[in-house]
Amino acid sequence: MTALLQHPGYDEEKLRRVAEQLPCREVQAGLLLSLMGEPQQYSYPSIFIYGHRASGKSHVLHVLLKELELHHATVSCVECVSVALLFEQVLLSFFGCDAASLLPRSPSLSDFVRIYRQQPVTMETSSHQTVVLNPVVEDNVTVILLSEIVWDKFRPNTGCFEPLLLHFPDYSKGELQQILSQDRHPSYSAEFYSSYINILLGVFYSVCRDLRELRHLAALNFSKFCEPLEEGKVKETDTHKLWRNIEPHLKKAMQTVYLREVSSLQWEQMQLMEEKEAGALRGLSAHTHVELPFYSKFLLIAAYLASYNPARTDKRFFLKHHGKIRKTNFLKKNEKTSNHLLGPKPFPLDRLLAIFYSVVDSRVAPTASIFSQISSLVTLQLLTQVSHDDQLDAPKYKCAVSLDFICAISRTVNFDIVKYLYDFL
Amino acid sequence: NKIYKRDTRVLQDELNRKILDSLLDFTRKCSSARQHSDWASQMRANEIPTAALVLGVNVPDHDITFQSLSELLHQSVTPHVASVEAKECGGTQLKVLERLMDTVVDDDEEEETEHTSTQLHKSVNCSLSALCDWYITKTKVGGQSTTEHERQQQPPVVIIFKDLEAFNPRVLRDFILICSRYIERLPLMFIFGIATSPSTIQRMLPHSVSSLLCIELFQSLSCTQHLATVIDQLILTPQFPFKLNAKVMQVLLSIFLYHDFSVRNFIKGLQLALLEHFHSQPLSVLCCKKKEALLNVMQLSHRDLERIRQLPSFKRYVEKQESQEQVNLITDDSHLKETCRKMIKGLHKYHKNYYPILKCLHTLTSALPRYPLGKQIRELHLTCLEKNVWENEDYQSAMKLLKMLAKDDLIALLQRCGEILKPVKSKKMKSTAFQLEELLTKFKQLDSNEEDSITSPIKNLQKKTDLFQLQKTLLEMNETRRSKKLSPFEILRNEALEFIDSLVKSHLSPPESQTLHEVCYYSSSATVRRHLNATPRTSIQAALSSPYYYLQNENLKTEDGTVSNAAPDICIAYKLHLECGRLINLYDWLEAYATVVSAADGNDPDSDGYGKVDEVKHARFIRSVSELEFLGFIKSTKQKTDHVARLTWGGC
Repeated sequence: MTALLQHPGYDEEKLRRVAEQLPCREVQAGLLLSLMGEPQQYSYPSIFIYGHRASGKSHVLHVLLKELELHHATVSCVECVSVALLFEQVLLSFFGCDAASLLPRSPSLSDFVRIYRQQPVTMETSSHQTVVLNPVVEDNVTVILLSEIVWDKFRPNTGCFEPLLLHFPDYSKGELQQILSQDRHPSYSAEFYSSYINILLGVFYSVCRDLRELRHLAALNFSKFCEPLEEGKVKETDTHKLWRNIEPHLKKAMQTVYLREVSSLQWEQMQLMEEKEAGALRGLSAHTHVELPFYSKFLLIAAYLASYNPARTDKRFFLKHHGKIRKTNFLKKNEKTSNHLLGPKPFPLDRLLAIFYSVVDSRVAPTASIFSQISSLVTLQLLTQVSHDDQLDAPKYKCAVSLDFICAISRTVNFDIVKYLYDFL
Repeated sequence: NKIYKRDTRVLQDELNRKILDSLLDFTRKCSSARQHSDWASQMRANEIPTAALVLGVNVPDHDITFQSLSELLHQSVTPHVASVEAKECGGTQLKVLERLMDTVVDDDEEEETEHTSTQLHKSVNCSLSALCDWYITKTKVGGQSTTEHERQQQPPVVIIFKDLEAFNPRVLRDFILICSRYIERLPLMFIFGIATSPSTIQRMLPHSVSSLLCIELFQSLSCTQHLATVIDQLILTPQFPFKLNAKVMQVLLSIFLYHDFSVRNFIKGLQLALLEHFHSQPLSVLCCKKKEALLNVMQLSHRDLERIRQLPSFKRYVEKQESQEQVNLITDDSHLKETCRKMIKGLHKYHKNYYPILKCLHTLTSALPRYPLGKQIRELHLTCLEKNVWENEDYQSAMKLLKMLAKDDLIALLQRCGEILKPVKSKKMKSTAFQLEELLTKFKQLDSNEEDSITSPIKNLQKKTDLFQLQKTLLEMNETRRSKKLSPFEILRNEALEFIDSLVKSHLSPPESQTLHEVCYYSSSATVRRHLNATPRTSIQAALSSPYYYLQNENLKTEDGTVSNAAPDICIAYKLHLECGRLINLYDWLEAYATVVSAADGNDPDSDGYGKVDEVKHARFIRSVSELEFLGFIKSTKQKTDHVARLTWGGC
């Protein structure tokens, strides 16, 4: 913490505040500062920063720019679906509404530069994630690009001005501990909270190193951790007892919360319920049962069969008097691997219907609602349409459900699907 | 019958209320949680509260749910509700945003027109930052006057995704990422409408995105339960005089179960049947509330009375009467009116008794193993409508099973029956309820007596220790058991079941046995099926093979299997192509066609030009062939020159 940032161009006080807010990132911050130079100096035109999720990229930059009072605009490239939006946002944050409203309806880069030049002094641009904004604006501008992906992926074919690459490494365990300990609960002492973090990291560090996720977990489980304390059983210093109390709880949390199967709200409610109905609360993925109309079930079964059986085998499965086809003779070389390993294959509508009619016991009239059921299966993403939407005749589909799912479905209609699957012959 | 429609609407709301209430609670909680600045919620601040609403696959029903949901939200929680559909937001998240801005901002402009949002709305670029700015100005204006109402000051912006599955996952992902950047300034809230299962959320969104959401799950009523309540409220009640007969009911139910699971479509089918009934049956004037019906009887014209005389159920009734009465009924109009009044009264009484007894029988049988009379009351209702239930084999087996019921179960079931019968107002039901009460008290009185009878033989056993004696007594006990010396409980049980059996026999006879049932019962199942379950292919084939069916031209009328020469070209071509194999020689086809058409033109068979292909015929033929190709009956093939391949099989 004491390795203070030092830079001639800025106020000591400000630099100290920055350093306080950026634990474990002093080196990177210092590097950035020296790259940007003093306020009146020209700085390097573009810098590319990359590193994993939650490694403090935006945070460092944000704090630096804000505390040192540099002019900047922050733009998220996910949000800017068009160039116009990008330009507008940049201008808006630099100069306010007036400049932004000067932009024409579909602005080009030169429009942007023109308006930019009309305006008075400027300083820094920082852009989130991925854009190659050519530094055509002949002014003291630094474009800082943030990304989780390395620069090589973005390099345009035509070549451009290479930015300076700066890597933010992952936090180590100690650093995580230091950072997480910072957001302590106001009513407990700092040592107490940091010991809690220590326990938490001991459990979760092996599976998760994402700072954001860890922070989330810490917040969720803290109230449980404090429980014995509030009941007056244990003192704050008695870490061993506290650990014994929280450890099974954290283990349980590892199964559900990390995947966000159970929302944090529900998790809190469950903690209040005192584990009386611990089994009652099921995660999102526990609800996989889907109710379907009778014929939809059979359509889905037919689609599954069409997707996973080679078309040549249909005759064997769906004709009454098929000759005995032995599997070994029947196989082509490339079909030796299981179709289930290869994934679903596309099939035409005709084949789906043909299998459907032979699979359903009763006679079914080819009504419009059968066809509409196919399309509603597509919207439910149980089938996917392979051919283009515009192609009206002979559309092709793929079945997008798993074997377990289709087995469950066929059990409800008393259909033994395994008997009809080529792979399980 | 506006009442009818209003009632369905009320019912729908009622059904959804439970889940909607919980959703509303959720939104309220979320919006209030934002104001609390305690430590835990601060740590969670960058999660977007999300409600995942699992609605089942009956997509057509969802609209009503979402409509009432957004109305309720609008009324009680927040003015800012936008619902988006996947269809409207095809390619990019821009579309989602546009749509969002449109609805949210639009809603508001209606309320206060002087607001600045007009200018914002007109601006080209819709972005979330613009929405955010708009929101901030909006809340500031509202907040100045009342600072204490902190919650009203920051109503959440609720976004409803009506059909989550249909959204492009990329769009959704980006949209959520953007939203999460603004969540600190803009209290957003999502509601996902999910048709399949909640795991789709995980399938669609990567972990990095779904960790931005705080998802809570809400499960709506399953559609079969939904249907059960609808049937209970609309069909199994004497309130509505309009009824469906067994076949129509069957059609509607099979559409529901086999095809779409949509309660809305079921209700629509019901409404269609209703309309058809009042449209096609002139005697349906009598299908209304009892008092009105009795009035209407007096106003029947002579023609209507004749119609009554034509009704099969009435004819049957007449045949049973004395000869003098028969003459009276057929000739005397005023006498007929009197009888009709009686019959209408009888019909209403029948309905009043039918449904309670049906429900009783259902409660008795639905608890039995393997459900001999069906799990759902609708199945029982169907069997009752079709014929006499008591002749049904399943009914017999159900009764046998009932005879083996233990005492506690039987008493519980009978008590439930009593509860069903109590609120019914008719005299007969009152007396049956009373009788049932009596039976129950008898059962209870048994308790004390019974204990003695059970314990006595065992006492005897203990006294005699001699082996021979023991054997003897055991044999005797067997004897007594075999000789059907029933315990008082068994006697009473049989009595109770006979009572129920008699009830069933007197009240659950099918409606066809009632005179004048045609007035209330709609029976044309074919019409309903034709209207609701469209069969495009069969209708095309019907049109092609017998054009008279649609064109109604006398010239086209033929005996079955043949096509008149005067039929449209395409029908002739179609008929000829049916006679061919898989590959059709175009030239042969043309020749045959020319022959048929020449006959139609009335040319003399012996003349030179007969059967010759001239240019007009050629052109007409080509046109009909291409029309057939368009309809998908044939397609061009490369296997043989001058041949087309047939795509259908069968035919003459």
